[in-house]
Amino acid sequence: MLEVLKTVKMYSGGAFIRSESGRTYPFFAKGTDKEYARVCQASRKDFRNSIVAAKEAVSKWASKTAYNRSQILYRMAEMMQGKYDEFEDLLEDTIGVSEDEAEAQVEAAIDTFVYYAGWCDKYQQAMGAVNPVAAPYHNFTTPEHMGVVVLVDSDKFSLPKLIDNICTILVGGNSVVALVSKECPAIVTTLGEVFATSDLPAGVVNLLSGDLDELKDHVSTHMEVNAISFQNENEETYFDMRSASIDNMKRIIPFKDKSKSLDLILDFVEQKTVWHPIGY
Amino acid sequence: MTKKKTTKKKTKVKAKATKSKATKKTAKKTKAKAHKIKPGMVFEYDPAPEGVKVEIAAKYGHFINGEFVNPKSGKYMETLNPATGEVLAKIAVGNAADVDTAVKSARAAFEKWSNLTGAERGKYLFRIARLIQERSRELAVIETMDGGKPIKEARDVDIPLVAQHFFYNAGWADKLDYVVPGKEVKPLGVCGQIIPWNFPLLMAAWKIAPALATGNTVVLKPAEQTSLTALRLAEICKEAGLPDGVVNIITGAGETGAALVDHKDVNKIAFTGSTDIGKLIAKNAGKTHKKLTMELGGKSANIIFADAAIDQAIEGVVNGIYFNQGHVCCAGSRVLVEESIKDVFIKKLQRRMKQIRVGNPLDKNTDLGAINSKEQLVKIKELVAKGKKEGGEFWQADCTLPKKGNFCAPCYFVDQSASSTISRVEVFGPVLSISTFRTPEEAIAKANDTNYGLAAGIWSEKGSKVHKVAGGLRAGVIWANTYNKFDATSPFGGYKESGYGREGGKHGLLPYLEVK
Repeated sequence: MLEVLKTVKMYSGGAFIRSESGRTYPFFAKGTDKEYARVCQASRKDFRNSIVAAKEAVSKWASKTAYNRSQILYRMAEMMQGKYDEFEDLLEDTIGVSEDEAEAQVEAAIDTFVYYAGWCDKYQQAMGAVNPVAAPYHNFTTPEHMGVVVLVDSDKFSLPKLIDNICTILVGGNSVVALVSKECPAIVTTLGEVFATSDLPAGVVNLLSGDLDELKDHVSTHMEVNAISFQNENEETYFDMRSASIDNMKRIIPFKDKSKSLDLILDFVEQKTVWHPIGY
Repeated sequence: MTKKKTTKKKTKVKAKATKSKATKKTAKKTKAKAHKIKPGMVFEYDPAPEGVKVEIAAKYGHFINGEFVNPKSGKYMETLNPATGEVLAKIAVGNAADVDTAVKSARAAFEKWSNLTGAERGKYLFRIARLIQERSRELAVIETMDGGKPIKEARDVDIPLVAQHFFYNAGWADKLDYVVPGKEVKPLGVCGQIIPWNFPLLMAAWKIAPALATGNTVVLKPAEQTSLTALRLAEICKEAGLPDGVVNIITGAGETGAALVDHKDVNKIAFTGSTDIGKLIAKNAGKTHKKLTMELGGKSANIIFADAAIDQAIEGVVNGIYFNQGHVCCAGSRVLVEESIKDVFIKKLQRRMKQIRVGNPLDKNTDLGAINSKEQLVKIKELVAKGKKEGGEFWQADCTLPKKGNFCAPCYFVDQSASSTISRVEVFGPVLSISTFRTPEEAIAKANDTNYGLAAGIWSEKGSKVHKVAGGLRAGVIWANTYNKFDATSPFGGYKESGYGREGGKHGLLPYLEVK
């Protein structure tokens, strides 16, 4: 039987899309001249559309109960487990890792989903506070979503690190538009299927493949982007994006060489403090 | 029968009216006579000035490495009392060379300071807190003279909070492993801190205390209009035996601040001030790895529901916008009042505003002191003039202002469009914008319709409504059935263009720490 090949499409607003520009580019498996697929090159318009979807999705995602968010992240682990072989093959065929390394990455990625699933209904207790003010007021601080976060992925692809970066944003109730690593743009479709089948509201996760240099100014100056998770190695691009992000005072979170950590969640929440008098 | 009753009532009313007329006449007569207390009489307050016996030197240098030193340029600038226009002292104007010396001093002190045990670091901060308490009257008087805020605010709000910030953070110094559960933390290094003129010593305290508790050293630049209390704090640090170079204070204006932001050996910039300057700093520091905390402007909504305890809400509105002459980043400068109670709200607000006493900040009975500087007064007047042209209704309390100094009577605009200047721009003065809403959803949407997100107020006697609205507001501090309350244990800071990072509480330590 003739094998049916999967077209690589981006995942945006809950749909699998080609670039509105019609642009594609050949993507070669690492270190070879073998074309793995033709992948979409996201245009600025594609990026803007994703932001619109992400913005609309924030309130739907943030207003879910913490318990529900927790279960949805756990379901992502379930969905990735079901696609174990597909992810393993994809990593071997695209970034050229060994079977062992590919398995290790997929397993670590699944564990990452499970780790953060557990945080959704606990980080508030770990990092919120009831503040003992010196007057008769009930005063408490709770973390809240920041809004729309753009994730600039590393040039060196790692599946568990990408999942870690996405989860740190999702746990707090934010939506994410990720510009995935140029080393593995083909991941967008298979990974998108995980999010599409996890009861996650459409638009909460958006995965784009494209050229960072082409999109960076647009990301920095977009007024509906609340934060940027900059996980790329290019320092010059980091400085450019950071200093260009001042129009709406975006929060710029630099690369941190760690994973599965509570403080990474805190980078994508706002702390809200509420006062109320105590008395008759 | 019904008819008969009505006639009777009418006669009664008439009788009452005649009676009250008669009372009025008698009241007029007695007024001329002598000190007989009658209802409705207006009492004049006698002046109640706070004593001003505080020592202020003629000239202050920078505080670097534990010593007061002359500025390298030899240049000084005057700092004025905004209530009188008198020169209080001359302060040094810092240039890049001064900043460099200060940063080097902070860098040299960092290793020893950060390696000191937390308990020892804490003990220095406890000492400073105690010295502040001991010298609180002196500090309050200087704060009022230099900045123009009413003495009752400097005395009862600013200085007690200054002491509390040192005391609270002191206790954290040896407990930093508890800030983020399960995580070790370490200090950042040298912190450059730039603060504004509206709460001069309080801002200095809530920047210096957490930075020091977490093991950092600092170079602080106070606002050029109000540097005197920060310099007094330098003296207190010296008196407390704080190691040289841990706290350095550089005075001067924008150029001095820019030199600090641009210095290569600064690890962190913490800025409180206007959003425009904050963006400029973020742009410049953005080209480096410097960590940033930004506490910027606001246009905070104060929402009054029809089921609010109305008289308490009026007090909250007055405190929200007229506290510290409205020079408050979190001022409740946009009142959103439920349409059904608009008329009674305005009536009560006017009555209350007529009682606000504007005048000598050193008088203990003064509610509204001097506008901090001539430039600020001009800015406020320009915005008010612009507001008047944009429609709506304008009302200003009719009070006699002192002949000398910078003063502005409290005022408000009603029913301006949501896109008007006064509805959107941070005035930083005693100018309120009032508009109406019909449903809680509309109130939330209107409150969030701003680029800022620092604070908001909610007034309602219904608990579930308060919490629902508090959840929907995109602001860092929500005051429900209160306003403008501050505490060293309570995190303060904004969403959106009001900046990032928190000051106060456990969360106020995070911007000065790296989590391992």
